[in-house]
Amino acid sequence: MDVYLPIANLSVNGLIIVALGAITGLLSGIFGVGGGFLTTPLMIFYGIPPTVAAASAASQVTGASVSGVFAHSRRGGVDYQMGSVMVAGGILGTGIGAILFNLLEKLGQIDTVINILYVLLLGSIGGLMAKESIQAIRAERSGVPIAARKRRHHPMVASLPMRWRFYRSGLYISPLAPLLLGMGTGILTMLMGIGGGFILVPAMLYILGMSANVVVGTSLWQILFTTMATTMMHALTTHAIDIVLASLLLFGSVTGAQIGAMFSQKANPVKLRLLLAAIVLLVAARMALGLGYRPDEIYTMAPL
Amino acid sequence: MRRWLAPLLALCALPLLSGARDPILVPEVSQHEVDLQQGFTGTELLLFGAILTPEGSRAAQDYDIVVVLKGPTQSIVLREKQKVAGIWLNAASTELRSAPSYYAIASTRPIADIVDDKTAAIYELGLKWLQLSPIGAINPAEQARFAAGLVDLNRHNGLYREEEGGVKVSEQVLYQARIGLPSRVPTGTYTAETFAISKGRVVASASSHVEVRKLGVELAIAHFSQDYGFAYGLLAVFVSVGMGWLAGRLFALV
Repeated sequence: MDVYLPIANLSVNGLIIVALGAITGLLSGIFGVGGGFLTTPLMIFYGIPPTVAAASAASQVTGASVSGVFAHSRRGGVDYQMGSVMVAGGILGTGIGAILFNLLEKLGQIDTVINILYVLLLGSIGGLMAKESIQAIRAERSGVPIAARKRRHHPMVASLPMRWRFYRSGLYISPLAPLLLGMGTGILTMLMGIGGGFILVPAMLYILGMSANVVVGTSLWQILFTTMATTMMHALTTHAIDIVLASLLLFGSVTGAQIGAMFSQKANPVKLRLLLAAIVLLVAARMALGLGYRPDEIYTMAPL
Repeated sequence: MRRWLAPLLALCALPLLSGARDPILVPEVSQHEVDLQQGFTGTELLLFGAILTPEGSRAAQDYDIVVVLKGPTQSIVLREKQKVAGIWLNAASTELRSAPSYYAIASTRPIADIVDDKTAAIYELGLKWLQLSPIGAINPAEQARFAAGLVDLNRHNGLYREEEGGVKVSEQVLYQARIGLPSRVPTGTYTAETFAISKGRVVASASSHVEVRKLGVELAIAHFSQDYGFAYGLLAVFVSVGMGWLAGRLFALV
């Protein structure tokens, strides 16, 4: 099924794009992450211009997180107060991200920066996840449970001024901490076309110290609105969203997300985490190799 | 009397003689409009025509035919990756004012066998001879390296093509060449030029145009995203939220 993409200016096999969306949707359904970290590199690998890939991937993450937000909010798993502070930070971050994107594009270093960010983020987060899930599996086998971590926010968070009470999260901390966290992921969303769930969730658990039952719902809430803001930002600045491409991706990913969600209820969560860690590390390794190996094309061109 | 008549006669005969020697070309393209829309996966243009004498009969002489299809030129910045501290990153760049967005050449024989370098450079016959107009002063060696890089990149994309032996001439009168356009072909007005070459000299040339354009929905989407960014963004958000919500609803029924 050949589909001509009017903004990317080339024709692709529509079924491959739908399948690509479905894979990332499955991941998002199973693991509760957006899956953008997989979509953007795969699309670039398929030959879609990097800017178009990053711009169109954000809307796919929006679609995949919608039903998750509904499900979590029904069960009271969203701290709207915390979430809104983070969304405000996220919108600020997309603005900063847009400026950075422009600047790096002018310097011709956007691709390198995106690749290095991918390697660093995916490598460290994937490593952490792998370590934790291996520990958990060992604990399960030996029967000795891991000593429960004391839930506490990071000392740096405690030193920030002006504290608010976040009831659902069970926190009395400065709103600047979630604001900065939201801003950071907003910048990453704009630059890399990812939702940032795999960074947000551990950061909310271990840096902010939020109670675990609202972490996933609140992070989805933040991702939903931040990716919407990113889509708007791309539409206004880079004009690189290909709505045909985005629709194909969405079709695959929203379906995949639902199937993934059904699947995740039956599977062992610890093993799932190990699997996710392996996928994340694999993508990071592939990107790292890409930086070091001589690329197929030494030359790239951009309109002046 | 005969003494001055002979050169006069010769003078009168000269235009006739040279007229008989230089052929005229009647070029045609299989389609003058290429429409980029759903289902377009690239296409092939047939560039054909006739080689005639000015009187309109067949030329009855072997000419070398060169066909060039050229897209609109564009100003670009060309970047070169180098390995810096173990990482391949863009380390050098040059700005070119007139890089053709598309360039294909087909000829009856290798260009080097048909014309000398000077003629090839003047008529831009071949990827080697593209006039790229670099901005600012850079040394010739560096300029040649970047030009070769641009050609290499676009050859991989299928946007620069060189087909020696791609032109077929039948019965010394009809020539034809097939030139492929990939799906990522840029829009604009393309010129198709045909040259007839004899003994290293371009004896006739003719050109025609091909319009590569987006149509219908594709054109509307391209305009919409450029001119109404805010509304386009809202549409993209609406589509993504709508599809996510719809999928949730449908699967709740299952």
